[in-house]
Amino acid sequence: MKENIVIIGGGIAGLEVAVQLLDLGYKPIVIEKRDRLGGHVADWNLLFPDMIPARDVVGNLIARASEANIFLNTEISFVNKLKDSYNIMLSNGISINTRIIVMTTGFALFDAAKKEEYGYGVYDQVMTNKDLEHWFNTGDDKRVNDSAMNAVGFVHCVGSRDEKARNPQCSKVCCITAIKQAIELKQRFPEAMVYCFYMDLRMFGKKYEDFYINAQRDYGIRFIRGRVSEVSENIDGRVIVKAEDTLSGKPVKVTLDLLVLMAGIICNTDSTRLANMVSLPIDSDGFLKSRDNVAEIIESPRDGIFYAGACTGPKTVPETLAEARAAALKVHLFIKGLK
Amino acid sequence: MIYQGKQKIWADYQKEIPDNHWFYVRSCIRQNFFPGAEKMFLEICREVLKKDFYETEYHTTCGGIAYHCDTIPQETVMTIVARQFSLMTEAGYENYVASCITSFGNYIEILETWREFPEVETRIREMLWKACRREFNKPKYVAHASDLIYKYRNEIASRAKFRLVNRFTGEPLRVVEHIGCHYSKMFPSKGVGGAEYPYVLCGMIESWGGNVIDYPERRHCCGYGFRQYHVKANRGYSVSNTYKKFESMAPYHPDFILTNCPGCPYFMDRWQYVIAETEGKTYGENGYGIPVLTYEELASLVLGYNPWDIGLQLHQVAVEPLLDKLGVEYDPSEKYKGLNEKELSRPELPGVLRCC
Repeated sequence: MKENIVIIGGGIAGLEVAVQLLDLGYKPIVIEKRDRLGGHVADWNLLFPDMIPARDVVGNLIARASEANIFLNTEISFVNKLKDSYNIMLSNGISINTRIIVMTTGFALFDAAKKEEYGYGVYDQVMTNKDLEHWFNTGDDKRVNDSAMNAVGFVHCVGSRDEKARNPQCSKVCCITAIKQAIELKQRFPEAMVYCFYMDLRMFGKKYEDFYINAQRDYGIRFIRGRVSEVSENIDGRVIVKAEDTLSGKPVKVTLDLLVLMAGIICNTDSTRLANMVSLPIDSDGFLKSRDNVAEIIESPRDGIFYAGACTGPKTVPETLAEARAAALKVHLFIKGLK
Repeated sequence: MIYQGKQKIWADYQKEIPDNHWFYVRSCIRQNFFPGAEKMFLEICREVLKKDFYETEYHTTCGGIAYHCDTIPQETVMTIVARQFSLMTEAGYENYVASCITSFGNYIEILETWREFPEVETRIREMLWKACRREFNKPKYVAHASDLIYKYRNEIASRAKFRLVNRFTGEPLRVVEHIGCHYSKMFPSKGVGGAEYPYVLCGMIESWGGNVIDYPERRHCCGYGFRQYHVKANRGYSVSNTYKKFESMAPYHPDFILTNCPGCPYFMDRWQYVIAETEGKTYGENGYGIPVLTYEELASLVLGYNPWDIGLQLHQVAVEPLLDKLGVEYDPSEKYKGLNEKELSRPELPGVLRCC
């Protein structure tokens, strides 16, 4: 069907929208600024709670979306609002006129170096959740020393629910991701002590609570309710973590071979830039603002512009895929003039 | 340790420090602890660097210690500070530099409070007027005196007679830097280098040739902590904090400790004697302690001043091993001579901590 549909962002949300639209007989255009598809999920190793390989999920989506017009290494130079449509100029010089834009611009990870007290980028043995996934995938990170991995810590909510970091919202997936990563590390280093420092654990999803119980019962992972106050480096290069155990009411101090910071989810600055081009509103949490946050989360206040995935706030993979399918249906109805 | 990571943070926390024309206010307690420090600050700024620094005998305490001990309300402290600002205004200055870290933190906290709550400033102005018929302008810049030595560090380095290099080994001296808690922990953007990795003393050490040691308890309180020491029953907390720091830094074998707070050099110096007497432990080489210097004392040594003229004989921990490493010449017989060559009485030597 001859209708330009532009999907901005080639992560799992954008790919799923493309897959659904292809199934409906359209030929969508996917714009991706990176040199590959799959977004953040493509950087991940296994997905909770069933430990499905992320590459299988992403690979399947890429294969099914291959008939779409996909532009890699391409950014949006500008978007002009015309009378009934939008003119999009791409960085490769191509101009597209369209009535329909689907924003699947996703999220960005909080820069953990901003939490200076945790020492990311300063102390050798401090990494982020993303760095750890990279090591799971490639085995390439000198911070993980196979022969000396006796104690590992995870700090939850790094840059999430944090007024000081100007990021008050919950990143939603970090609790369960930390548990997943803690279990994966424990599987690889069964003798290692693994600690999770948390504010509270939000086990809202299917099987999450079971996963959490498994982590304690089957893997002996220790959960300490309390914020980490400071991280420092020992003379042998290991990191010393000070925290408060608010359940026992005592300060704790542990020496670790590796500290993993669960960097939170923040709005992608590309989303904000694009929103400014077409006057889309930004919500109080910094993410794109939906028409309403209950019944119309995938609709923008502007006709022809739809949202899917984490551009409107932190989402799990199943939530993102469900939103993408809903957005594709909305696009179809819009084209048919039914909405 | 990733040095570039620290550099990135330091770049984010640089503050504007005017080069000249400062209204200087002394500390209540530093002149009793290490009296040479403040004298040498003015000597270096005025006589060596030819800068304009003004001070007045009408300046009083800022009330900071009483405030942090919860013995006077903040409105009282604010009115005292308002009076100090009126002295600055009267003298025709706009740049205000405090010798004391707690005063510096106090001034910053009050100015920030007034910025957030202008009605409080209005009330304080009224109270000052009622109390002593004075008015004031707020300072354009507030700095701690260590900010100034940091700013002048390269100029001092260019005039230096000694570098922070061990003349016996040719290696840079290993220096622990200790920042007063009230310098930037409350307002990170007001301190050079921020709160987590302050650069103000590191910058001096690097500029003068030394190596900075980062050790696990670097951020920990020196042990003074007003309510720890001023409440007699709590003094055990004070020395236990100091003990924790020394245990943490000991494996790095520091040659000396550099500080920018009134209490820190005093407590880290004197408690080494107490730790030696109670625990039998010393932290320097050959039974000595680790010398603890103020930044003014260090700048003076680097510039070649006589160690006894800058008051180093008032340290409990012997500074002679450090002077030997630096290559500073000194006459041991002059150590306890006062003005006009008058021989002062010599202190009793401790039993465990080795002293000269």
